[in-house]
Amino acid sequence: MFAYIVRRLVLMLVTLIGISIIIFVLLRVVPGNIVDILFDAAGFVDPTDKANLEKELGLNLPIYQQYLNWIGGLLHGDLGYSYVSEKPALQEILPRIPITARLAALALLFSASIGIPLGVLSAVHQGSRLDYTLRVVSLSGLSLPSFWLGLLILMASVSLFGHMPIYNPNPATWTEAFAIYAVPAMAVGFRSAALTMRITRSSMLEILRQDYIRTARAKGASEASVNYRHALKNAILPVITVIGIEAAFLIGGLIVTETVFNIPGVARFLVEALRWRDYPIVQNLVMLIAVVVVVANFTVDMLYAAIDPRIRYGD
Amino acid sequence: MTETRTEDTVLDVKNLQTVFFTNSGLFRAVDDVSFSVRRGETLAIVGESGCGKSVTALSVMRLVPDPPGRVVGGSVTLEGTDLLGLDEAEMRNIRGNRISMIFQEPMTSLNPVMRIGDQITEVLRLHREMTSKETWAKAVEMLRLVRIPEPERRAQEYPHQLSGGMRQRAMIAMALACRPALLIADEPTTALDVTIQAQILALIVDLQKTLGTGLILITHDLGVVAQTAQRVIVMYAGKKVEEATVEDLFENPRHPYTRGLMASMPAVISFGAKTDARLTEIPGMVPSLTNLPPGCAFAPRCSLAVDRCRAEYPPLQETGGDHFAACWRATEMVAAP
Repeated sequence: MFAYIVRRLVLMLVTLIGISIIIFVLLRVVPGNIVDILFDAAGFVDPTDKANLEKELGLNLPIYQQYLNWIGGLLHGDLGYSYVSEKPALQEILPRIPITARLAALALLFSASIGIPLGVLSAVHQGSRLDYTLRVVSLSGLSLPSFWLGLLILMASVSLFGHMPIYNPNPATWTEAFAIYAVPAMAVGFRSAALTMRITRSSMLEILRQDYIRTARAKGASEASVNYRHALKNAILPVITVIGIEAAFLIGGLIVTETVFNIPGVARFLVEALRWRDYPIVQNLVMLIAVVVVVANFTVDMLYAAIDPRIRYGD
Repeated sequence: MTETRTEDTVLDVKNLQTVFFTNSGLFRAVDDVSFSVRRGETLAIVGESGCGKSVTALSVMRLVPDPPGRVVGGSVTLEGTDLLGLDEAEMRNIRGNRISMIFQEPMTSLNPVMRIGDQITEVLRLHREMTSKETWAKAVEMLRLVRIPEPERRAQEYPHQLSGGMRQRAMIAMALACRPALLIADEPTTALDVTIQAQILALIVDLQKTLGTGLILITHDLGVVAQTAQRVIVMYAGKKVEEATVEDLFENPRHPYTRGLMASMPAVISFGAKTDARLTEIPGMVPSLTNLPPGCAFAPRCSLAVDRCRAEYPPLQETGGDHFAACWRATEMVAAP
């Protein structure tokens, strides 16, 4: 087990190095850098000014040199400076992380706490009106883009309450804080909840047919115990996989949701930085997301072993 | 129909009817079946696959999946309580407590993500007021009772760490943990190796004697019946076609189907004897339960069938000495070779 974990950690490192190279090269393949953008906006410019600025930002160096500079900095905890704000990238990124992390955690919590129980309910009452209703609602969850759902929620809140939740870095009350984060989290988590529900349902249907479910009933276990204690614990593995994958997808969903709800989180910041070709910000943010995804995958695999005694990672 | 209920009777089933509603129509999986089991007695239910043996057992447990199945008639009386009249919560108190069941597939009948010990303590937690320490000790004691070596360690293990025979022992430990009045064993040895089969069977019979449990043994193996049971009922196409004591049934089978079953049992041929004797088989197949013939369901496969067999269903009649058979020609069979 220990050897397995070490090997996984090494693999994670290799993956991250691969991602860093890909993102670094891709960014520079995209035409135009920040200097081009700035000087295009200014109209006529002196080419020597442009060359000076490029030199100042280090953009004139060969690409491998630039890469090594970045990685070297990363290893020392130096993320470079934002081209746009000229502040250290770390200072720009760090305060935005908790905002997005809260949104993502709430969205995942929402999708698990809604999706799993509804999936169980749907499977247990297979073919009932409740089952059909839940399946239709979940289908809509899969088909509605989160930005559109976000807009609908905003419009509904305006027409119902006369105002909409506006982001406030220092919410005065708990209810305000809840409204600020929960509404966008639901908009982005609806899709994950729908997916989680559908996977839970199909997995439960499979498990409820197993012999050991009949054994549990023959012991005199209650329906609740049969469904949750016996069936769900067996049915949860594919659900965990899906939630793990959704955790990665969530970042994509958050980019639009943060924009729609005007929340100054990491995801929206990434899009802005990309527009300005703010290389240090984009590179480091993508690396951050990559770390989150890789860690999520690792956590899912570890959870597998924790839940199912038949899964043991050998050497 | 059989003997009247006495103080000793654990289970009394009368005119049980279980039907299934399917797309191809309604079929009677159990049709008017009656039997009773006394304390410490073993009743074998014999028949081919699909004859209604397992559904009979599930009907007694009230575990027939509904939909599509439902018990529509008759009575099931356990120690004086009519089980069909109980509500679901009362029935849960009976299951695992007064009646237990062992299933055919030990490989899949235990929950793969729960420790063996936890699966046994669950029955005790559900039906007995015991602390978790007591239930665990009792679980280990039960594992020892079913002769699992190192029961303390095995209780900590998961089903996949145990062999098939060991898992069936664990199932037996679970089934007997609450000292039920009745144990239903549905083909408990079918999925096991032959050598293990004999051990498990011996264990069940031994524990049944020690604990005084009534036992319903469902099997298609007449060899098993001969070794373990006192009474036998033979089922065919959802109906009871013959009932007798074991000795009587083997000595003097009255129903042509029972005779067919016995003839299709391989006998050990002694060394040097003629070996060209072919094993007899019953011609044809079990009829589809959705499309039963009007008369005796066995008539299409029966070499003795007459016109009356194809027209009218023969009632279950006593053919002498506590021996019942549902065959128009049963009395002739007494004389027949």
